[in-house]
Amino acid sequence: MSDIPIPHDIEPHPLTRMYNGKFGIWLFLASEVMLFGALFSTYVLLRVGAPPGSWPIYGAPSIHGHEILSIPMATFNTAVLIGSSVTMVLAWAALKIGNLSRGKLYLLITFALAGTFLVVKYFEYKAKFTHYLVVLKDAPPDELKDVVDHRPIQTGAVTRDLWFVNGHMTEDDKEKDYIKIVPDPKKAAHGEGDAGHAPAAASHGGDGHNHAPVQIERSLIQRYSYWGPQASTFLGIYFCITGLHGLHILGGMIVIIYMYFTADGWWKRNPEKIINRVECTGLYWHFVDLVWIFLFPILYLL
Amino acid sequence: MGSSAEEIKKHNKIYMGIFVALLILTGVTVAVAEIDFGIKIGIFVALLVACVKGGLVAAYFMHLTTEKGPLFWVLGLTFLFFFVLLLLPVITLHDNPMAKFIDPVSGQLLGE
Repeated sequence: MSDIPIPHDIEPHPLTRMYNGKFGIWLFLASEVMLFGALFSTYVLLRVGAPPGSWPIYGAPSIHGHEILSIPMATFNTAVLIGSSVTMVLAWAALKIGNLSRGKLYLLITFALAGTFLVVKYFEYKAKFTHYLVVLKDAPPDELKDVVDHRPIQTGAVTRDLWFVNGHMTEDDKEKDYIKIVPDPKKAAHGEGDAGHAPAAASHGGDGHNHAPVQIERSLIQRYSYWGPQASTFLGIYFCITGLHGLHILGGMIVIIYMYFTADGWWKRNPEKIINRVECTGLYWHFVDLVWIFLFPILYLL
Repeated sequence: MGSSAEEIKKHNKIYMGIFVALLILTGVTVAVAEIDFGIKIGIFVALLVACVKGGLVAAYFMHLTTEKGPLFWVLGLTFLFFFVLLLLPVITLHDNPMAKFIDPVSGQLLGE
């Protein structure tokens, strides 16, 4: 069986002036720009349209995502991803000068850094899934006044009061008619029309941090949920975009480790081919890095 | 992209330089967010730094500095459509016959 060579898989195509694989991956990346662009646009629309006090979650002291996200973890992850981009391009450069073993080593480091990113992301997600927002039906009884936050929420022409607690759930036994939660410190509330309850929060003590769990009767609770995608609009779009980005990381890891294990065979048969494949993998990988470079300030810092 | 061993070694030095620059710019982004210039300047600076970082990644890691040919037409078209996507919320507003009667932030009907 004779091999029919794939046209222009190594030498440049006369029209596009690059080998077909590279032009193909660029077209794919162009479609990826549309995918993430639509989500960025969605984010802007949701943020601009969010009712006052609801972004990123009811009770957050300001409108910045970092009130409920971890900047140190995300900064570390940014550095990890930038580092993986460097090792990826160094892998291609090493193969280009004929150093297979060093190229493979760099591929492996890239893979490890990508794994590190996902592990950190796992801990970030986990912190959200153990954090709760509890919304009460009505104004709380006196003994809960200090921990329950209050905010008027305007939806269209209707304004209603929202009574709520954010914190780490310590006891949520369905058999019992109460839950126990360690409330987050109430920072100086600068919500609209919150004056009536600001003194109560202030009297709680300067930093206001309370490690003791508070008991809340189930009969007082309208709804409660962990800080998952359903908890607020911000968390919804946060999990959507970072989840999609995480899947891209996972996909990249699969391709990188595939390149690592098949590199030897290709190197013997056709070294130019594996060099080009690693370059295309790299183009995709740098794009995933590039998306994160924009995601990081938009989700975490603004 | 040059392929001689000498050139590649020179490029490796550039890659490390870009790496350091990206880390420094990440630090700048975080520092600017901490200082809190106010929302408008904050968004402007954060996006400006992100664009510079993205530009460095695309230009050097993705070899755009040495590419040539129709690729740039593809990328130009991509950026055009990306820009349209970002403007979509504004375009949607103007496409809505009720939009001029509704306050976009509060959702309340505006007076006559």
